[in-house]
Amino acid sequence: MTPTLVGRIQTRLFLLATVGLGWTILISPILVQQDGSVGRVYAITISAVFLTAVFGVGWELLYHALQQYRWEKDWPILYSLVVAFPEGFLVWISVLVIFFGSPPPFLVFWFHFLSTWSLVWLVAVGPIKVLLPRWRYQGGRIVEK
Amino acid sequence: MTADRSGELTPQLIETGTWSDELVSRTLPIVDVPFVSIGGGLGSLAAVDLLRIAGLRTDDIRVVTTIDRPHQTYRLLAENSQIPVEERIRSDASSTIDNIWGFPSYATREAMSAKGLANKIAPLRHVLVEPVLDDYYTPTAGQVYSSVDAEANRIGWNKMLLKGVVRMVRRRVGGGYFTVYTPKAGQDPTHGGTKRVAVRSRHVHIAVGYPGVRFLPDLQKYRKTHKDFSRVVNAYENHDYVYEELRRRPSTVMVRGSGIVASRILVRLLDDREKRGANTTVIHLFRNYVREPQGDRATFRRDGRNGFAYQGFNYPKAAWGGQLKEQLESLDGDARKDLIGRLGGTNTPHRRAWDDQLERGRHGGWYRQFEGQVQSVAPGQDQTVQTTVADRAGRTIQLEANFIVDATGLESDISEHRVLADLLDYGGAGRNPLGRLDVEPSFEVRGTRSEPGRMYASGSIALGGYYAGVDSFLGLQYAALRIHDDLASAGFGTRLGSMRSVKEWWRWMRQQPVP
Ligand SMILES: Cc1cc2nc3c(=O)[nH]c(=O)nc-3n(C[C@H](O)[C@H](O)[C@H](O)COP(=O)(O)OP(=O)(O)OC[C@H]3O[C@@H](n4cnc5c(N)ncnc54)[C@H](O)[C@@H]3O)c2cc1C
Repeated sequence: MTPTLVGRIQTRLFLLATVGLGWTILISPILVQQDGSVGRVYAITISAVFLTAVFGVGWELLYHALQQYRWEKDWPILYSLVVAFPEGFLVWISVLVIFFGSPPPFLVFWFHFLSTWSLVWLVAVGPIKVLLPRWRYQGGRIVEK
Repeated sequence: MTADRSGELTPQLIETGTWSDELVSRTLPIVDVPFVSIGGGLGSLAAVDLLRIAGLRTDDIRVVTTIDRPHQTYRLLAENSQIPVEERIRSDASSTIDNIWGFPSYATREAMSAKGLANKIAPLRHVLVEPVLDDYYTPTAGQVYSSVDAEANRIGWNKMLLKGVVRMVRRRVGGGYFTVYTPKAGQDPTHGGTKRVAVRSRHVHIAVGYPGVRFLPDLQKYRKTHKDFSRVVNAYENHDYVYEELRRRPSTVMVRGSGIVASRILVRLLDDREKRGANTTVIHLFRNYVREPQGDRATFRRDGRNGFAYQGFNYPKAAWGGQLKEQLESLDGDARKDLIGRLGGTNTPHRRAWDDQLERGRHGGWYRQFEGQVQSVAPGQDQTVQTTVADRAGRTIQLEANFIVDATGLESDISEHRVLADLLDYGGAGRNPLGRLDVEPSFEVRGTRSEPGRMYASGSIALGGYYAGVDSFLGLQYAALRIHDDLASAGFGTRLGSMRSVKEWWRWMRQQPVP
């Protein structure tokens, strides 16, 4: 990928709001544990998606800065997979703080986070170009200049 | 005056910049079609593919060309410059010239069609870790050819062809253009046995590829002065006899240049030595020997060593669609020329296997590098060619070789192409800061508008415009998209939107013909 800063942010928000949220709504009921409720799982997973989006704007600033040190000014797809871990960690800590007193189950959170991330990533490396045939030429912008 | 339709280009036609129907029809039979693409190579394919997918019919489009398959000229140049079908080309997995979306990529398709799990995983692993843990993945030339053939068939390519050589494009009184061409024997679309035909169209797209090969001035002078055309050869021209000769007797070959083509020639020479019994010594002469990374800023530094400047593609990747593309779009004149120069210039991709091979050659003494400015080239002893070089310390050295391969350039001046020279003289076209055709960001050729008609150009003839990678698969596809968008905004066709895009992609996936 060869994102621009604006394109990065737009793509992230667009994909989280569509693919990310869609997936979250679909799988959250499956993640309900014996003593839990669907409502609580939704509260956790939707907060996670929301935080990934909000913190993401900051992360993208950082990635954009790092990208300046790459001659190709690209963002290897491996990077966009690997950064799931630091980003996920920050969201995990935040969720622990938000749900202080009744911490969300580790497995529920990470299963949801990593599966959502992978799905968004998969869409970003391929299918998005089918939906938006100009996307790859405009640095990942969803809204055309 | 009687209409003789002989196809004669009368002096009056030649001297008149803008032609009326009446004037043309005096001597030339006229064929009507809304959109004409001149060239019929990969640039034409990219444009026509997009327009077809966006909804135009085969009847709306004609491609005037001398070749049968869109990859024919590319393949010829690739094979001359030592990229056989099984070799990997330079551009990346998503520069899919047969697929406007870049998805599924060449790597995915290679994986899908491979036999055995390991072979399926290899290309996918490669694109996953490129360019961090491995060099860039690139497809084989053979994959490109077969998929181009499939796409050409899918869009009804053959139905759109007019076989022949284009002589000129002129504006038409009342709008649009006339494209005059000489039909191939027996393929006159008017069946009148005429010498030339005028195609009357609203829009024209020019993608005639490279105007010609260019030799280094000192080599050009040597060839002319000594009438020796067999010992000094251009990498883009057929020079297979050189490799045959090299396998027959121990020889020395000098390679000039340090771009991708030089790398290809080196691979061929050294492979022949290592695997096919040739006893060749390679002298590699550099004009600018790159010792270290280039660039004065940490945020603008290109990898370089052992003589070569390394980058994956002709330009940094972001020149095709990221921040560098946006930066270039905002520049004009010398600033644009300067940035294109700094992003491009002479460079070659880093490939581990190539590096290792050169290292073995250096160790074994059969690959030797020299740096310097050539003073003269003259016949040497025993049928050799002697090159006199001033090295960095100012010393003069003499290098003798049985053959010299010029791997420096394919670019000659656009005025060497008849159609382009005519456009500059009569069509209102001008030159950009790099001396090529000046185009708008939409790839419309500036100064050639003939309302409601528009003329576009893509490929190497438009290098120096707002898009650095215009002479590449992805660049040709980008140009196609911009041309389509521009045409759609002028009411020709409907802008390709998401719905149609998805539908057509699905059609592509099933390899169904475009109606
Ligand atoms: C050796 C080599 C390797 C390359 N490798 C890559 C790569 O790996 N990846 C990449 O993205 N790009 C690559 N390119 C660059 C570029 O993508 C190709 O050159 C591509 O073929 C350019 O397409 P084109 O349509 O501009 O020219 P061409 O494909 O050459 O087609 C132009 C056609 O126009 C015809 N023509 C010219 N004048 C007339 C006339 N008057 N009448 C009728 N027909 C005419 C020519 O005969 C020719 O067939 C490579 C180029 C070369 C030379």
